[in-house]
Amino acid sequence: MKKWIALVLAVAMMCLTFAACTTTTTDTPATDDATATTATPAAAGLKVGFIFLHDENSTYDKNFIDAAKAACEKLGVEYVGKTNIPETNECYETAADMAESGCSIVFADSFGHESYMLKAAKEFPDVEFCHATGTTAHTEKVANFHNAFASIYEGRYLAGIAAGMKLNEMIEAGQFKAEEAKMGYVGAFTYAEVISGFTSFYLGAKSVCPTVTMDVQFTGSWYDETAEKEAATTLISGGAKLISGHADSMGAPTACESANIPNVFYNGSTIEACPNTYIIASRINWEPYFEYIIGAVTNGTAIDTDWSKGLAEGSVELLGLNDNVAAAGTAEAIEAAKAELIAGTRHVFDTTTFTVGGKALDSYMADVDTDADYTPDTEAIAGGYFHESEYRSAPYFDLRIDGITLLYESY
Amino acid sequence: MRQSHNSGTVKEPLFHITKRAAIPWWQSWLIRIASVLAALIVCAVITILATKQNPLEMYATMFRGAVGNARRVWSLFQNLAMLLCVSLAVTPAFKMRFWNIGAEGQVMMGGLASAMCMILLGNVLPEWLLLTVIVAAGIIAGAVWAVIPAIFKASFNTNETLFTLMMNYIAIQLVSYFVLQFSVPKGSGHIGEIPTGWLPTIFGQPYLLNIVVVAVLTVGMYIYLKYSKHGYEIAVVGESEKTARYIGINVKKVIIRTMLLSGALCGLAGVLLVSGTDHTLASTTAGGRGFTAIMVSWLAKFNPLYMILTSFLIVFLEKGAIEIATVFDLNSSFASIITGIIIFFIIGSEFFINYSLKFRHAAGEAKS
Repeated sequence: MKKWIALVLAVAMMCLTFAACTTTTTDTPATDDATATTATPAAAGLKVGFIFLHDENSTYDKNFIDAAKAACEKLGVEYVGKTNIPETNECYETAADMAESGCSIVFADSFGHESYMLKAAKEFPDVEFCHATGTTAHTEKVANFHNAFASIYEGRYLAGIAAGMKLNEMIEAGQFKAEEAKMGYVGAFTYAEVISGFTSFYLGAKSVCPTVTMDVQFTGSWYDETAEKEAATTLISGGAKLISGHADSMGAPTACESANIPNVFYNGSTIEACPNTYIIASRINWEPYFEYIIGAVTNGTAIDTDWSKGLAEGSVELLGLNDNVAAAGTAEAIEAAKAELIAGTRHVFDTTTFTVGGKALDSYMADVDTDADYTPDTEAIAGGYFHESEYRSAPYFDLRIDGITLLYESY
Repeated sequence: MRQSHNSGTVKEPLFHITKRAAIPWWQSWLIRIASVLAALIVCAVITILATKQNPLEMYATMFRGAVGNARRVWSLFQNLAMLLCVSLAVTPAFKMRFWNIGAEGQVMMGGLASAMCMILLGNVLPEWLLLTVIVAAGIIAGAVWAVIPAIFKASFNTNETLFTLMMNYIAIQLVSYFVLQFSVPKGSGHIGEIPTGWLPTIFGQPYLLNIVVVAVLTVGMYIYLKYSKHGYEIAVVGESEKTARYIGINVKKVIIRTMLLSGALCGLAGVLLVSGTDHTLASTTAGGRGFTAIMVSWLAKFNPLYMILTSFLIVFLEKGAIEIATVFDLNSSFASIITGIIIFFIIGSEFFINYSLKFRHAAGEAKS
């Protein structure tokens, strides 16, 4: 008897859901009308969907969420945000759902969202799909699918200058000898995005502190507070005098604060939690990009397949220099270097400033077109420097330069 | 005798709890429905207090989020099917009182095996053979992962709860390792879409195959547990191992056989997720279903047909909760709170179905 009731109830439930589905299909013309009216040039009425891997607890996602809300508010468009969307088919479903419910732009913030965004883009040619940190838009050539990044390596380079000056200050104070100036870096994975980041940070430090070396420890995760803390502690016990990193939790900064080791962070200032060790942070400000894509849809202009802007446009910025920890003159030194980078008189990956296997490079084929065999396909060195983020928006600098030691490379 | 004791000088507590005899089905359903209503009222109060939102509007949003249009209904049924598949997998083990909490790992191993076949054999084998190999490899991998703790349990009486739990972590680490090995671009920790070895679609509906497979499995599992000799043996071993031995059931064999089945179905869930839906592998592929399935199976009292309802409920709440977080711009934790309250009340209702509260006054009257 009980089983029959269960069956009847189950069937009833299914009927209910399908009934709900059919009743709402009568509503859909209304939403269609709404989207039709958005075709008018005014940004008002435009809906923009945002897909985030985590929620505000991750500094990485918070950076996107804040920028998305700010851009939508500024331009008067409707913000539709979904957090905690994993890098599975769920991402495709969310993107397609947003497209169907009237979003003119769908944006996703995580590397692993890419193939699902691409799938949705092919299905909804009238909706723009924009994806941050992805690598395939320039090879897939789907008109409404776009990649975006920012030349964050320039920001990290400037943060590296702050780090190098702090090391110099500690050397002058007699805390350690010049040849003991070693930094530690907590990275997530061993691919170009992270390698480009730590190399630019190191080169920034080296530009002011020539004897500096660096150890890098990987965690194999973008957000693992315990592993990041552990990695920072390992680096400190290995002699690192200053820590930076590229992962999204507060693990490394808190380890630094308790060991009283200066820290350079990413994506957000930690000055409140770590007032005695935080120096400076670099971050990508996504607001210019969001304003750009909303503006493009409003005006009916095309969105770049690969978009990467930097210091000049405000896409890359440095946050809250902590004067209590930073060495004297840091702000001025950063301003000077920033002006040179913007003017193009200084390049982060200048081939005269680093060697690989003891040799300076004059040619390097980078893997710009993503494929399963990692085939090198594009000459990236020209005019005396490595051209990062020019042939596609996501970084592809993956050289292992001298002076940097990767401790645990399994990731 | 008892009555005189009760009415004596010993202070009687305000109420006491007694085990109910079997109650009519309509009464138990009345209690269940009442508990859901009570949960909705408590959620409404919390919603008003915490967010100042209209709770009715919130429930409407939840409903729209779960089944608001055809796409959402398909997505709901896809998620329902996958959760139900894992729930069906753990059920025979649970019925045997073998606490298999390693479903997550078994699903991951099934997914890993099929992903490896998709990557390594994708351009080597003809399509039909490739798909056969993918399905077989996934099922075998899941079964192997489940049978290891079963053999230890059967031979050395090790604690299966801890054993299966720890096997999860090994599986997840193995997946992380291979995801890095196969990652594109190099070192990124993402495999991306694997181009070959996709399970076919029926009538152009991407999720229909999964739904049909799981529907067949549900009926099959119901029949297997209820009417087959194996099902009977599982029930007897679950009730009392000694009785099982006494009537000549080979307990060791039943444990190993049942866990092979349990793991094989988990492996199949992994195949459906990797080769049928996601077309990639990540350490989040199983998505916690291995643990949620425990709740689904328990709530349904290990009855596969009830499980359709309980997994529907959980997926419905999850989907609705995400929509609430979006529409009202709340942190998704708030939606989890709502889901948690509703599930808490539903589990709580089982207590009132199995036990009754007798208050001091009422108890005295009842007995006089």
